[in-house]
Amino acid sequence: MTLAIDVHGLNKSFGDKHVVQDVSIQVEHGRICGFLGPNGSGKTTTLRMLCGLLTPDSGDGTCLGLDIIREAGAIKRQTGYMTQKFSLYEDLTLEENLMFSARVHDLDHRKARVAHALEHLGLIERRSQLAGTLSGGWKQRLALATATLHEPKLLLLDEPTAGVDPKARRTFWDEIHALSAEGLTVLVSTHYMDEAERCHEIAYIAYGQLIARGTAEEVIGRSNLVTFNGEGQGVDRLSAELAKRPGVEMAAPFGASLHVSGTDRKALEAAIAPYRREPYSWSEVEPTLEDVFIQLMEGSEDNFR
Amino acid sequence: MNGFSLTRVWAVLIKEFKQLTRDRLTYAMILALPVIQLLLFGYAINSEPRHLPTAVLVQEDSVFARSILSSLRNSAYFDLVAQARSPAELDALIRRGEVQFAITIPGDFTRRVARGDRAQILVEADATDPSATGPAVAALAALPTQALVGDLKGALAPRLQASPPFEVVVHRRYNPEAVTAYNIVPGLLGVILSMTLVMMTSLSVTRETERGTMESLLATPVEPIEVMIGKLAPYVLVGVAQTVIILSIAKLLFQVPMLGGWLGLSLGISLFIVGSLALGFLISTAAQSQLQAMQMSFFYILPSILLSGFMFPFRGMPGWAQALGEIIPVTHFLRVVRGALLKGQELGDMWRELAALLAFVCVVTALAMARYRRTLD
Repeated sequence: MTLAIDVHGLNKSFGDKHVVQDVSIQVEHGRICGFLGPNGSGKTTTLRMLCGLLTPDSGDGTCLGLDIIREAGAIKRQTGYMTQKFSLYEDLTLEENLMFSARVHDLDHRKARVAHALEHLGLIERRSQLAGTLSGGWKQRLALATATLHEPKLLLLDEPTAGVDPKARRTFWDEIHALSAEGLTVLVSTHYMDEAERCHEIAYIAYGQLIARGTAEEVIGRSNLVTFNGEGQGVDRLSAELAKRPGVEMAAPFGASLHVSGTDRKALEAAIAPYRREPYSWSEVEPTLEDVFIQLMEGSEDNFR
Repeated sequence: MNGFSLTRVWAVLIKEFKQLTRDRLTYAMILALPVIQLLLFGYAINSEPRHLPTAVLVQEDSVFARSILSSLRNSAYFDLVAQARSPAELDALIRRGEVQFAITIPGDFTRRVARGDRAQILVEADATDPSATGPAVAALAALPTQALVGDLKGALAPRLQASPPFEVVVHRRYNPEAVTAYNIVPGLLGVILSMTLVMMTSLSVTRETERGTMESLLATPVEPIEVMIGKLAPYVLVGVAQTVIILSIAKLLFQVPMLGGWLGLSLGISLFIVGSLALGFLISTAAQSQLQAMQMSFFYILPSILLSGFMFPFRGMPGWAQALGEIIPVTHFLRVVRGALLKGQELGDMWRELAALLAFVCVVTALAMARYRRTLD
């Protein structure tokens, strides 16, 4: 397997803020890699360095076999990048936006490509509508179509589904998987755990440092986290009380039940012991990705506070 | 009922004030603008220009001629900067705009004064800007009675009595009736073009930054020069359309004379349009928001109106202000437009101004290209 993204020791500072610290990422061809981490953790900055929008202070590597510093121009031609904020021209129609992208990338058969993209989106009848009048979900699908019009080999998506409803998100992800099946490599940042689980692998970055990598199962397995699920009337109200007890690293209500997690099984069991009584019942469960990430987040040093 | 709440007024007021202090450029503008403007324009603007460059053609070397020249010099209105050797040379000096006045003292001047035979000197004024020449021309009225007081003695003393010993013939060239519109309307071409073109282009790039589309644009393979040409070309058409409208109105409503110099004028207009657009683009690479771009354009447009010779006579300003004015492209453009329309200047008469405009285009384009970022760094 060859690597579509292979970068080492990327660093970037803005002023005295060290936004990205020694981040290394490898993504194999044709894989979907989920890029996770709290707000302000350096995800956007890393994506921007990968597609040549920012120059790393130090570090090196390749995207699609091209040097990220010396061959940024060539990378741009083969990469599709979707920004966090909707960045198509709201005062141009759908067709005009796609056509602009086709021209900027110097594509051949532009009319046919644009028509095909509109048809694929199911927006062919609304081709003359202004992009600004689309709903959030449609905007993102249009942005994805625009970012992939030039048939890139690498797709960088920066929180593409933020604020989009679940159905539109699912459609969006179906499209990402379809693209990936055609051989496209995708690096996508997200805050949604269900989306993270739809990725072939995930990379977790916090406060500028990459702290976990692998498939969802690997990341959960490696966390050594033990989680108990409490049920019963009023168990969710115990979270604050339980969180203070030694051995409990995290206690979070999930609807009417409560997830209590920690890495030290003995201490955790001791912490729960006093609550093993009616009306509560406890059972050990597999930790969710969210449990793991919250634990990772708490454990990593926040250099922005 | 909601009523009227002072607390709510206070809430909005405090928020507004805090936002104001955080927008440093606006803050700087509010505080610095009055000071800069007052100092700059208060000292620079002078509606009664003195020390106007004057060329003389002295066709006889005599005591009287020297007295007249020294009396002109003493008036503080005229600076004798050139001695022409022929009427043609004198004419070229005033046509090219190198001097404001051309004074001829004819060959038989002394003889006619001595005889009391209607002696005359000829003063030709470049009246394209009537307000620049007016006060100086008015000051000439005293010349005949005073210039020769020291010379007309003894037998010639009676020449001082009764009527003045000679008369001053004034030709207001290029605008004999001193129509202000002839000067202002061509000038407006420069002011209107810079106002619209600089502002529109300065907004065009910052708009992309503000709306977030710049990030996408930078992620495409498009090159800076491609962005610049693509962004500016539509505005070239806007500039040409404005020029046609302004010149048509100037001709039809204001009857502004259009003597020719079309080649030079077209070149000047093209350079000026491109220069203004490039400047707008340069501003947009520095401004972070559309508001800032507007403010910066304003900083440019004000001196363009006040220091370029559009509103106040250029030669009325002190040396430092003239030096500042020479940097502003509108100054050179106004000379081209007025020179072509009112004086019928040919290419050879205005090449200096055209060269200045070309230099401006090159410098600003180079700066804009150097400042335009291909990355978000």
